[in-house]
Amino acid sequence: MTMRTKDTLDYPDLTEFDENIRDTVQGMADAERRAIAAPTQETEDCPCKDGMFPQQDRRSFLLSAAAGAAAAGLLPKVAHAEAPAGAFEFPVPDDPTKVQGRLTNDDGGYGSRSQFESAARWRFPTKTKESSWTMTPLADSQGIITPSGLHFERHHGGIPTIDPDKHTLIVHGMADKPKKYTMADLKRFPSTSRINFIECSGNGLTEFKAPYLKTVQGTHGLTSTSEWTGVPLSTILSEVGVQDGAAWILAEGADAAVMTRSVPLDKAWGDAMLAYAQNGEAIRPEQGYPLRLVLPGYEGNTHIKWLRRLEISDKPFMTREETSKYTDVLDTGKARQFSFDMEAKSVITFPSGEMKLPGAGFYEITGLAWSGRGTIRQVEVTTDGGKTWNIAALQAPVLPICHTRFRFPWRWDGNPALIASRCIDETGYVQPTIADINKVRGVNGHPKFASIYHLNGIMAWQVGADGSVANAAHQV
Amino acid sequence: MFEYWTSKLCRPAIAVAILPFGLLLAASAANAEGFGFGTTPTAAEIAAIDIDVMPDGRGLPPGSGTVAQGKALYEQNCVACHGENLEGVAATGGAALIGGRGSIGTPKTKKTVESYWPYASTLYDYVKRAMPFTAPGSLKDDEIYALSAYILNRANIIGENDVMNADTLAKVQMPNKDGFISDARPDVHNYR
Ligand code: HEC
Repeated sequence: MTMRTKDTLDYPDLTEFDENIRDTVQGMADAERRAIAAPTQETEDCPCKDGMFPQQDRRSFLLSAAAGAAAAGLLPKVAHAEAPAGAFEFPVPDDPTKVQGRLTNDDGGYGSRSQFESAARWRFPTKTKESSWTMTPLADSQGIITPSGLHFERHHGGIPTIDPDKHTLIVHGMADKPKKYTMADLKRFPSTSRINFIECSGNGLTEFKAPYLKTVQGTHGLTSTSEWTGVPLSTILSEVGVQDGAAWILAEGADAAVMTRSVPLDKAWGDAMLAYAQNGEAIRPEQGYPLRLVLPGYEGNTHIKWLRRLEISDKPFMTREETSKYTDVLDTGKARQFSFDMEAKSVITFPSGEMKLPGAGFYEITGLAWSGRGTIRQVEVTTDGGKTWNIAALQAPVLPICHTRFRFPWRWDGNPALIASRCIDETGYVQPTIADINKVRGVNGHPKFASIYHLNGIMAWQVGADGSVANAAHQV
Repeated sequence: MFEYWTSKLCRPAIAVAILPFGLLLAASAANAEGFGFGTTPTAAEIAAIDIDVMPDGRGLPPGSGTVAQGKALYEQNCVACHGENLEGVAATGGAALIGGRGSIGTPKTKKTVESYWPYASTLYDYVKRAMPFTAPGSLKDDEIYALSAYILNRANIIGENDVMNADTLAKVQMPNKDGFISDARPDVHNYR
């Protein structure tokens, strides 16, 4: 495979913006640049790496991680620090059939991934590490499930460490019988599981006005899919007895931001879930351990993590996250509020930004499509910049409010090609172009990033004659 | 003011499903009188975490604070991240709290408490739960009233001698109080 050859990455100029905005935007580019720059440094001495993928370099990644951890006195063995996050470094025999392998259950009973796999979330370098976010490495994604350790994150006050034996959920307000539940109480109720995506409504914000970030991790990495298990919220509402006139519920987290969002009562009676498990095990700390509100199809911020309180009320609470943030400013000067549904969206994950195709020939174009309003009915792929659209195969299972994997066989003739996907959900809604969206909402919600939230427009990638793949947002 | 779905009340469908063969669904049978898990929280347990404040003032605690008290508290607890003139300090992630009035929807949109926030209750609620960033939840109710008074005064929303308490804070009219409308999506209509 051919390695990525570019050694500089150009991002649009930001000098015209004020310091706050410049800092934020620049930071995002810097983080992505660091994540992609690593493989270039290793071009010669790492024949093992698959050059089509702009992965984080294993060795340089480890070294910095190891140095930090060693300084902190955390390392049992230096060897362990040399592996990528989530892996351990083991000696590699010349011929694994000629020596015994590692001892059974010597990992302590909880597995780790291969030392050769380095796909990782990268963090948007906000000024504080407590209020920050990380992106899922979609370029490496397979199937529809996101490994729990790669599920994107958004925290406003860091990741709290919560003892589940001490954690309780209080449900009160317009309820006949207010209740306090321990985790053990909640686990006694009949449970349910659903495979749902969660997407941050800020996903793709950098691409509103012009192509900005380089990789699909940067442009689309704030969406992930897990199997969530827990108690239907409707069960709990029946238990506490919702009073007449109630219309909203405040959900509150037990983190340092004491994160709060108001949720319409009809959603709460519908498919809302109090989830304690993710992908078959306890929910991860950064995803809300021990309890998270899951609101299928709603913007990620409403899926309150570390859930400690539900207050039933007649009116929305107008919290900071539903006024100052997560509202869409239009050019009229008005802002849309309570924009809950994540609308139908799709993106090609292979080939995607900063990959390099080694030459003409067969490639399977693949990607993900999802809709907060139900099931994906169809995905179409273009390889000629939108002149013709072809129906892609949808890989089973195709589930409502869930990442849906699509595939399209493509024989690349070696000429420049503009590729893109668009999806249609079960309501008949067709994924629009970014231009269509900006036409209705305007572009002044933010000096650089239009209305910031809820961008679900078509994403295009330009495949160059040299096989390089680049962000071509807005071109289809 | 507009109503958000208050009329769209949804009650649970009666949870007894009859299968073709006349069998009762197991879950609905068990459900008839509830499961009864959990305990009744005491008033004190609820009060300890029931910290939210609503636009009409519900949830505002007793107490009060002045602009002058707020200035002193701000300089002690907030200035490092939000700046001498509440202009924000980019290097700390602390946002600008004032300025930008009239900019919303223009190419120079600048969202601050002054220019964008529709309710003063949100300021009280948010500072109480999340600020100062390094010691969230550490401020007393009087101190939060005082800080709210100071920020609202610097934003030219209340006067220098105004006192903030449960009554006055709920009555503050924010410049952008009519700036919000309901979600109008789907807003691109090329249905098939
Ligand atoms: C250590 C730095 C720091 C200190 C000290 C601090 N803040 Fe903040 N403040 C922040 C950060 C960071 C955010 C953004 C948090 C987020 O991303 O959710 C913020 C957000 C805010 C906001 C919301 C701004 C918006 O537009 O949404 C308000 C209001 C606020 N702070 C008020 C205060 C007050 C009042 C104090 C003093 C009691 C204070 N802050 C002290 C760092 C700080």
